[in-house]
Amino acid sequence: MSNEATLHSQEVIHGAHAHDHDHDGHDHHHEGNFISKYVFSLDHKTIAKQFLITGIIWAIIGAFFSVLFRLQLGFPDATFPWLESILGHWAKGGRITPEAYYALVTMHGTILVFFVLTAGLSGTFSNLLIPLQVGARDMASPLMNCMSYWAFFLASVVMMSSLFVQTGPASGGWTAYPPLSALGDASIGSKIGMDLWLISMALFVVSQLLGGLNYISTILNMRTKGMTMTKMPLTIWSFFFTAVLGVLSFPVLLSGFILLLFDRHAGTSFYLSELFVAGKALPNEGGSAILYQHLFWFLGHPEVYIIILPAMGMVSEILAVNSRKPIFGYLAMVGSMFAIVILAFLVWAHHMFVTGLNPFLGAFFVLLTLLIAVPSAIKVFNWLTTIWKGNLRFTPGMLFSIGFVSTFISGGLTGIWLGNSSIDIHLHDTYFVIAHFHIVMGVSAFFGTFAGVYHWFPKMFGRYLNNTIAYIHFWITLIGAYLIFWPMHYEGMAGMPRRYYDYSSWESFKQFTELNHFISVVVILVFAAQLMFVFNFFYSIFKGRKVTTTNPWSSTTLEWTTPINPGHGNWIGEIPEVYRWPYDYSKNGKDFIPQTVPLSPEEEKEGH
Amino acid sequence: MDAMSLQRKKIHPHKYSLWIAMGSITMMFIGFTSAYVVKRAQANWFTFQLPVIFWISTAIILTSSATIQMAVKQFRNRNMQRYKQLITLTAILGVAFAVCQWIGFKQMNDMGLPLNGPASVSFIYVIVSVHLLHVLGGVVALLIMFGRAFRTRVRTYSAVPIEVAATYWHFVDALWIYLLIFLSIAR
Repeated sequence: MSNEATLHSQEVIHGAHAHDHDHDGHDHHHEGNFISKYVFSLDHKTIAKQFLITGIIWAIIGAFFSVLFRLQLGFPDATFPWLESILGHWAKGGRITPEAYYALVTMHGTILVFFVLTAGLSGTFSNLLIPLQVGARDMASPLMNCMSYWAFFLASVVMMSSLFVQTGPASGGWTAYPPLSALGDASIGSKIGMDLWLISMALFVVSQLLGGLNYISTILNMRTKGMTMTKMPLTIWSFFFTAVLGVLSFPVLLSGFILLLFDRHAGTSFYLSELFVAGKALPNEGGSAILYQHLFWFLGHPEVYIIILPAMGMVSEILAVNSRKPIFGYLAMVGSMFAIVILAFLVWAHHMFVTGLNPFLGAFFVLLTLLIAVPSAIKVFNWLTTIWKGNLRFTPGMLFSIGFVSTFISGGLTGIWLGNSSIDIHLHDTYFVIAHFHIVMGVSAFFGTFAGVYHWFPKMFGRYLNNTIAYIHFWITLIGAYLIFWPMHYEGMAGMPRRYYDYSSWESFKQFTELNHFISVVVILVFAAQLMFVFNFFYSIFKGRKVTTTNPWSSTTLEWTTPINPGHGNWIGEIPEVYRWPYDYSKNGKDFIPQTVPLSPEEEKEGH
Repeated sequence: MDAMSLQRKKIHPHKYSLWIAMGSITMMFIGFTSAYVVKRAQANWFTFQLPVIFWISTAIILTSSATIQMAVKQFRNRNMQRYKQLITLTAILGVAFAVCQWIGFKQMNDMGLPLNGPASVSFIYVIVSVHLLHVLGGVVALLIMFGRAFRTRVRTYSAVPIEVAATYWHFVDALWIYLLIFLSIAR
C-alpha cells in the first residue's frame, strides 16, 4: 500500500500528468523530457547518480587542494610559477601565501568531510540501494528526495562561490571555531567567505535532513512482503543507522551555526568575551567559545560515524558476496552498529580534553570512547571470519573492501591512544591526530566508496568499469595511503603540530624536511591515480563493457532481480517477495540462493 | 509479527517522515536549550522578567490547535465549506501568534533588553524567533492546503495532507509550551 501511495501522490504533485498506465502492470517509466528525467528527476537511481557525480567533482577539487598545500609543506623553499597562474595573488611569486594555505586546508576539510564523504557517499548509496534492496519502487517521498539533492546542489554552489570572493573562502579550520570565525576583523578568511561557508553549511544540513527522513521512513515503511528487519542486507542497516545519526545530530550543529551567525552580525555575545582585535577592545562580554565546541562536536563526533557506517555496511555486503560465504555474525554486526550509534552521542568531549575540561568529567569520556573499541573490534573480527577460508573472488570491489578492513584496523588502533586524556595532552593537535583520522575515517571511507562504486556500477549504468585501471588504482591508492599517513604518526609523536605553514624554521622539526618532501611526492602520485579512476568512471559510463546478465556477481539481494537498466519503479510487474535472509551463500550444495527463493521443505524443518 | 507489520503498514510514509522530522526539530531546540543551560551555569548570568504578551500568544496558539483539529474533522466529513473556514482561521491565528511574539520583542527592546545585550537576553530572541520560523512554515503549509481546497481539476480525497499539517501544528504548539515553561523556570 505504501509504495502505491507515494508513487501516486507524486502524480498529484505533478498535477495533470496524464498517466494511462495499468495499475497491475506497474510499468512506471515516466515519459518525461530531459529536464524531468535527468535534472529534476524523482527517480532515486538518478538522484543517486547526481549525488555521486557531484561528489566526484568535489572530491577532485578537495584532493587537488591537498596537493597544493602539500607542495608548500613538502617544498617550503621552492617556488612554482604555475601556481601563480592558477591562484593569482594567493601564490605570489609561485609560493602559496599563509592566507591561501589556511584557506586551502579549511576547504579541504570541509569539502572532504561534508560534501564528499557525507553527501557523496551516503547520498549516493542510500539513494541507490535502499529502494532496490528493500524492494520498493522509490523512496517514501520522491519529491523530498529530489529537494534533498537540490539543497545539496545549492550548498555546493554557495561553497564554490566562496572560493572566488576577493577575501577568499573560510580559513579558520573546518571546525570554524569562534572567536576567529566570529570576527570579520580577525582574519581575511573570517569575512564574507565565512558567511558563505555558514550559509552553505545550513543548506547542507537541510539537504541531509530531507534525505535522512526519507531513508528512515523508506526502510521502516516500504519494505516488500517478507522483508522483515532481520532479513535486510547489512547495507540497509548501516544506511538506517547513518540516517538516524544525521537526523539527530545535524540539527544541533545548525543551532550552533545560528548562534554563530548572530554573533557575527547581530552583536550578540554567545561565544565572544573580552576580546581585543587590532588593539581595539570589543564590546562583547560574557560569551563562551567552549560553548560552540560543545555544540559543534555533538554533531562532529557522530559525523565521523555518518561517514564510516555506510562504508562498513557496503564492505560487509561485498565481502560476503565475493567470499561466497554468509556474513559472520549478522546480528552481532547489527548490534555493534547500534552500539556505535549510541556511543557516538556520548563521546564528543574527547575532542575537548585540553580545553580546560574537568579531568573528572574527562575520565568518563575516556571510558566511553574506549568502549567504542568493542563494537569496532567485533566488526573487524566478523569481516575477517567472513573471508576466512572463503572462495575469494578478487574483484576490484572486493580488493577495496579488504583494503577498507586493513585501513580501519590500523587507523582504529591509534584511536585507542588518542582516546586517553593523558596521552592526548601530548598528541593533541599534532600530526598523530592527522594520521589517525585520515586513515580510519578518510581513507577507509574512500575505500568503502570505491568498493561500492566498483560493485554497483553495473547496476547504475549497465556497464562495467575497466578492471586493469581498477587494479592499478587500488594498489597505488592502498600503498600510497600508507606511505602518506604512516610517517605522520612519527612526526606527531615527535610533537609536530598540525596547521603550521612552514616547519623548516623550527629546529625540532627540521629533521622531518626529507620526510615531508617524500610525503608530498606520494600525495601527487596518489592524486594522479585518483584521476585515472575518474577517467575510468566517465569513460565506462559510455564505453564500458556491457552487462549481459541481470546478476553479474551471483548475489542474493533484490537489486539484482531488476532488469539490467531498470526504469522508474524498478521492477516490471510485481515487486518480488522475500523468503530468506540475504546471505545464503554456499548453502545446501548451491553457490547462492536469492532472497526471492522460497524455503525448501528441508529448510522449513530446520526451523528457519 | 504479522499483526505488527499490518499495524505498521497503516501509517502513511509521509506521516512517518513527519514524526522523524519532529524528532529532528526537537534535537535542534535541545541544542539551543542545552546551550542555554551551559551558559546559565557560568558566571554573570543576567536575569529579567519575560514579557507578559508571551502568555497571550500561548493562548492564541492553543486555540489554533483546537481549530485545526476541528478542520481535520470537517475534512473527514467532506464538509469543505467549514473546512476552508477553519484552516483560514488557523492560519490567521498563526499570524496573530507571530505578531504577538514580535510585540514581545519590541517590549523587551524598549525595556532596555536589546538583542545584543547579555547572552540570557539574546537567547530569548534567538530561540523564540527560530520557533516562530517553524510556526510560519506551518502557516505556509496551511496556505497551500487552502489553495488545494479550491482546485477543481484535481480533487483530493486523501486526508493525509491535512492530518500531517495538523500534527505538525500541534507539535509547534507543544514545542512553544515546552520553551515557555523552560524559559520561565530556568531564569
